Amino acid sequence: MWKRFRSNMGAMVGVALLIAVIVVAVIAPMLFPQGPWQMVQRPFLAPFAVDGLPLGTDTLGRNVAAQLAYGAQVSLLVGLVSTLVALLIGVPLGALAGFYGGYVDEGAMRFTEFFQTIPNFALAIVLVAIFEPTLTSITVAIAIVSWPPVARLVRAEVMSVRTREFVDAARLAGLSKQRILIRQVLPNTVSPIIVMASLMVATAILLESSLSFLGLGDPNAMSWGYMIGAARTVIRTSWWLSFFPGIAIVITVLALNLIGEGLNDAFNPHLSRKGKA
Amino acid sequence: MTIFAVIVSRLSKAILTLLAIAILNFFLIHAAPGDPAVVLAGEAGAADEQMIEQLRERFGLDQPLYVQLGKYVAGIVQLDLGYSFRQGAPVAELIADRLPATLLLTLTAFVVSLVMGIVFGVSAAARVGKPSDSVLTTLALLFYATPLYWLALMAVLVFSVWLGWLPGFGYETVGANYTGFTRVLDILSHLILPALTLGLFFTAVYMRMARASMLEVSQLDFVKTAKAKGLSDAVIRRRHILRNAILPVVTLAGLQAGQLVGGAVLTETVFAWPGIGRLMFESLAARDYNTILGVFLVSAAMVILFNIVTDIVYRIVDPRIGARS
Repeated sequence: MWKRFRSNMGAMVGVALLIAVIVVAVIAPMLFPQGPWQMVQRPFLAPFAVDGLPLGTDTLGRNVAAQLAYGAQVSLLVGLVSTLVALLIGVPLGALAGFYGGYVDEGAMRFTEFFQTIPNFALAIVLVAIFEPTLTSITVAIAIVSWPPVARLVRAEVMSVRTREFVDAARLAGLSKQRILIRQVLPNTVSPIIVMASLMVATAILLESSLSFLGLGDPNAMSWGYMIGAARTVIRTSWWLSFFPGIAIVITVLALNLIGEGLNDAFNPHLSRKGKA
Repeated sequence: MTIFAVIVSRLSKAILTLLAIAILNFFLIHAAPGDPAVVLAGEAGAADEQMIEQLRERFGLDQPLYVQLGKYVAGIVQLDLGYSFRQGAPVAELIADRLPATLLLTLTAFVVSLVMGIVFGVSAAARVGKPSDSVLTTLALLFYATPLYWLALMAVLVFSVWLGWLPGFGYETVGANYTGFTRVLDILSHLILPALTLGLFFTAVYMRMARASMLEVSQLDFVKTAKAKGLSDAVIRRRHILRNAILPVVTLAGLQAGQLVGGAVLTETVFAWPGIGRLMFESLAARDYNTILGVFLVSAAMVILFNIVTDIVYRIVDPRIGARS
């Protein structure tokens, strides 16, 4: 499996890009000990106009490179934690629906369908606006709009694994239903969940950046979306202020998508190359 | 089921969903930190003491929760979405004013991205493994990773600021007072950038789906039969694979419509497009919750409508669906 993943060019590029972003996020406090908020020079300095400020300064004279580095922390953190929370909602719900069937399934799926019908970005906006933008509310809002596909996936996987012979064997051996679900069925659904999770982190990063672009970011956290939103009105004169954070988002999201697809191909070799885009 | 029965069952389900969203909205207002009356009046000091008192009375905020809920839902059923104190007008009126612009933008973006997505997806699948396939899939991967609003900003920068080819702002030329055909052309020129940038992300999504679907269908047995019959590759692709591959793409595209409506908030914000998404953005800064929740409800209604329409189109195109269920 790892051999297949490693031989996938796209996936390795993704891993390299993601590692670069993680390194920048981790060493941000060492590179820029003064933090992302401090004014370092006069505002609107173009990239390379002054030594030590390779990406210039923003509308308030803050160091764009420092803002980018600290923004990486927020993007990765929100992307990762909101995906974990979404898994915590979606996996149990989907597992129960798929394993027990009947009314449990009916109820769980109606609930999931309802959340899938609601335009998810609009719901995220409403949730963050009402509960005030903080890292917690943003993370929870993104999790609330992202769990339905997980529930559907886990349900479908559990339903197919449930009918396999080793599950019958476990039942004959006298294992309780919960034990069968947790010990026998769920471990067999892990690989598609991992693939979906890596793609969800990418989507979550896009969602977080979109929210903070609209002014719904945590006011105490520097984020890429906020940078673009703040520079929006000066795009005619200072294009670089919107340009670089956007590139940072594209690189991070692209890296995660490449990794997700690489994992998918590695887990499903018979589908890879030909079947998947 | 006949088409008519399908429409009735889908509409009744849609009404239930909208009621559920109305109830969700009600509880969100009550979950917001602070006094619901103040929440409804909006922040930024828009409401005075007397107004808040009136609101309390009108919504019966001194009564039990279920009475309040009944009043709120009854209001929404009568298309009363509350009053925007910031804009000084009923929310339903504000939304009705802005809805045509959003419908024009999202429908154009939907059609453009679906057509482009299928065309690119089908041509990529036809040349699978060749350089042109790699170029198309790489581009799709890139646009799939690009934030909508950033792409929109960059489009404004390049095509409006630097090249000056297209207007990057608004719905029509302000003060020009064009009429008739000139006005239509004017609006169209304003529509191109927002519709394309909103559509490009979804073009990438639909292209990936169309490509995967084409490749999947091309491995089925009836394609082998067609090949054995001696049909040419082009005919097999057009007559046999395409027809079977496109339907799931259309259905999935209908399901994705929700994201398109949500994306309109971002696109309209960048292009100052006077739709409900822009209205929502303007209401965010003032925490004008009545308007925010109203737009939320209406955009959910739009998504449901999109889904019903694609479902019906699907059934007309492929009669087997009706026979099966």
